[in-house]
Amino acid sequence: MSKPKFAMYWAAACGGCEIAVLQIKEKILEVGENFDIVFWPVATDFKYKDVEALADGEILLTLFNGAVRNSENEYMAHLLRQKSQVLVAFGACAAQGGIPGLANVSNAAEIKELVYIDNPSVLNPDRVFPQERFEVPEGELDLPHLYDTVRALDQVEDVDYYIPGCPPEGPQIWAVLETIIGVLKNGGDLPPKGTVLGAGTKSCCDECSRVKEEKKITGFKKPWEVPWDPEKCLLEQGIICMGPVTRDGCGGRCTSVGMPCRGCYGPPPGVTDQGAKMLSTLAAIIDADSPEKIAEIAATVPDPLGTFYRFGLAKSMLRRAKV
Amino acid sequence: MSANEFEPRIIGFLCRWCSYNGADLAGTSRMKYPPNLIPIKTNCSGRVEATHVMKAFADGADGVLISGCHPGDCHYINGNWRTAGRYPMLKKLLEQLNIEPGRLRLEWVSAAEGDKWARVVTEFVEEIRELGPLDWKDEVHAEYTDHDAGELKEAVTA
Repeated sequence: MSKPKFAMYWAAACGGCEIAVLQIKEKILEVGENFDIVFWPVATDFKYKDVEALADGEILLTLFNGAVRNSENEYMAHLLRQKSQVLVAFGACAAQGGIPGLANVSNAAEIKELVYIDNPSVLNPDRVFPQERFEVPEGELDLPHLYDTVRALDQVEDVDYYIPGCPPEGPQIWAVLETIIGVLKNGGDLPPKGTVLGAGTKSCCDECSRVKEEKKITGFKKPWEVPWDPEKCLLEQGIICMGPVTRDGCGGRCTSVGMPCRGCYGPPPGVTDQGAKMLSTLAAIIDADSPEKIAEIAATVPDPLGTFYRFGLAKSMLRRAKV
Repeated sequence: MSANEFEPRIIGFLCRWCSYNGADLAGTSRMKYPPNLIPIKTNCSGRVEATHVMKAFADGADGVLISGCHPGDCHYINGNWRTAGRYPMLKKLLEQLNIEPGRLRLEWVSAAEGDKWARVVTEFVEEIRELGPLDWKDEVHAEYTDHDAGELKEAVTA
């Protein structure tokens, strides 16, 4: 009997999710034991045409990481949806838009201008830009079309499950794979569609080892501006930590080494707009003796968009900047 | 839509203790002001989260007005202090999203200030009329249409 088929694909992503899969260590052999890997560009030499040749729904499980920001990403999102029974948005970019989603403050033309003209290390007096189609003696070369707006996977295709994180933590990845392998071997039901897998249902604060008391802050600080305190809640020290508005599941790894949570696991259940929630949270803990003073302190948050929506701009309510 | 046909759509979040009563007073006193504002009664201006403001803009509002009790008059002692803290961050965030910060306004209107309410709404409607439509839903999300699968295939696998 042939084994169920497994695919993994990266779209607009840094590649960290692919490496994160190796955090499951020797368990990767169990993946190989239980699945036929039919497509995984970073690890195997299958081509798009091999995926196209598969029957619809022939792949059992596809882990899709990366946001959708060009025509190639979008094509592969549609193709893998068609060929897969279970499509998983794997990692912050596929689930939330992630870091690439921050490009939504700009558009394709502005980004190209910055990269090929305004970049201080670039000299391009003839304004040479990459072309989407180019004739060479051997034939026509082409590049995907870059979109103005970066989208999360579920803004393009129907998604079955989400595994958040930048990148998802190894033990969490394995827990998800183990569940699916378990269902394959012993029967049983998969979790309901739309479930966020490999993460908790509370906030990051719940897992964070730091001591939390009453939050009253008089100003915002960078981690290096405060004396090292391994115990005290970072937010109470004035460091903007996204913990209260971020889903747990990571084990509080950043905060345990003194770095504030950046929000990569996305919003916890019940929160629709992670950034807006953080904004409201911060305003509630500023401590001053007048509303004017509070407003003064609030105005010192240097980059609300980049801080509150670091991973979630594409899936936020406004989704992008006006161009 | 030409500029003089444009009628601003404004969402107003009014606290039930001061501003909503202030608006009622404007009404019962038969003060005239433009009908472009849709009032939403909240228990406190502190209840108006950034999420509500974002949602209003995302769903098509051209402007959002938050109105609460004067500082010191809050029924919940300091609910409006939170509003005061959210406001500058929201303004900055809107600016980063290239939305004119003037589309969001915070005012303190007491239950006795029907005249102030009428004046604030009149002014705000005129300011938004100057800025023109935001039309977030239709304008900014217009490109969220599905691309033709055949074209994509040709573009990718040529």
